[in-house]
Amino acid sequence: MSNDVPTDLRYTRSHEWVRVDDEGIATIGITDHAQELLGDLVFVELPEVGSELGAGAECAVVESVKAASDVFSPLSGEVVEVNEVLADAPETINQDAYEDGWIFRIRMADPDELDALMDADSYAEHSESDED
Amino acid sequence: MDKKTVLNETHRDMGARMVPFGGWDMPVHYGSQLDEHHAVRRDAGMFDVCHMTVVDLRGAGVRPFLHRLLANDVDKLKTPGKALYSCMLRPDGGVIDDLIVYFLTDDWFRVVVNAATTDKDLEWIREQANGFDVLVEPRFDLGMIAVQGPQARTKAEKLLPQALRAPAMALKPFSAAYAGDWFVGRTGYTGEDGFELMLPEADVPGLWRALAEAGVRPCGLGARDTLRLEAGMNLYGSDMDESQSPLTSGLTWTVAFEPARRDFIGRSALENQQSAGSLPKFTGLLLEGKGILRGHQKLFDGEREVGETTSGGFSPTLERSIAMARVVADAGDQLTVDIRGKRLPVRRVKMPFVRHGKSCIET
Repeated sequence: MSNDVPTDLRYTRSHEWVRVDDEGIATIGITDHAQELLGDLVFVELPEVGSELGAGAECAVVESVKAASDVFSPLSGEVVEVNEVLADAPETINQDAYEDGWIFRIRMADPDELDALMDADSYAEHSESDED
Repeated sequence: MDKKTVLNETHRDMGARMVPFGGWDMPVHYGSQLDEHHAVRRDAGMFDVCHMTVVDLRGAGVRPFLHRLLANDVDKLKTPGKALYSCMLRPDGGVIDDLIVYFLTDDWFRVVVNAATTDKDLEWIREQANGFDVLVEPRFDLGMIAVQGPQARTKAEKLLPQALRAPAMALKPFSAAYAGDWFVGRTGYTGEDGFELMLPEADVPGLWRALAEAGVRPCGLGARDTLRLEAGMNLYGSDMDESQSPLTSGLTWTVAFEPARRDFIGRSALENQQSAGSLPKFTGLLLEGKGILRGHQKLFDGEREVGETTSGGFSPTLERSIAMARVVADAGDQLTVDIRGKRLPVRRVKMPFVRHGKSCIET
């Protein structure tokens, strides 16, 4: 089964995506592949605005009808915004993982960390090999 | 390598996401677990339960054997076709499995046991059958489909063999009819009306497709779990197992202590537990705020730890999170649950949470 993998984003092995804007703010969510694996989402625990995250830190939890799954911050930085819509409508992630379903935004502490992330091709390959 | 039911290919063709479950490769959902859940509450859905095991018990000694084997009393079954839910206990009162037993004739009863426990169940049943005039016959030649929901019986009717249609539609809840190797029970594991159909394996895929064409939605194990949780029905291995007795698992109602002379396996252990008193209580829980209860979360009454959840999840009908839990006898009604280090308020509620599409609790 193949999922949507936009070419303008960067990805982690743990199925987060990152979109960086011109001001060094990174928007982070989980991939279409991840939401499909999880199934219908029914709860999202968001990080706190103002908290400092290290790269790889557990920072949010997405819970589907099936199970809870940790979200890891792909980059280090300060959380500047969280997607409050998800508090009442966690299914937004199922419907639109890459746009309306974003989870949080951080001000990047070290943009060089982006180099460690996967591009769309690598992620597509990774997520396919991950397919059960 | 996980075992496959006769519907494995059909599930894949119909877009199921498959997962390992108790040694079986089973569908967890076909796209949306929530939609499948609602289909059963509002219309009709079906489940592949071919992994469960049908066991026929035949012989002149079958009734005395079941008096001994089961904690519930098959003498409650007065008319052929009636069904009974029971636990099968160890001598120490621990639950080996829960099952449904159907009374068919004086020398023929049928039980349906769980998939993951089948091997140990058969071993136990055969061992206990020693000395009774009983033949233990697992029916691996039969498959089983559960059709559940307010429209389930109507949609399934015309797909039954002609000889079975009228008897099936006339069934009262918790009773069964059969014709040849086709068997229909008005039973289920969802809190909705419906049938559990047993039939020759070769006929199962055809029936599944015909039911789908008749508007019965294929549902995975995911929806089966949220439906049974809402219905307040225990799941073996989560809500009770060999370390717990029916008395500590909300299943006291399934233990027939009367008549006192019936010496079922586990009876004296249960009597000792009762006379010792202060048994843990099995309870429903409603999470007051947002979040999701899961199994094995710790519960507190003030600062005192009072127990843990045994299974939990999101209730699609209530749009709240619910759980089953085992707590000490004197735990209060307002507790807190530890979810990832945070204490959130939960309220004890009487189960079921949902029955026949309607909430049974105050949210």
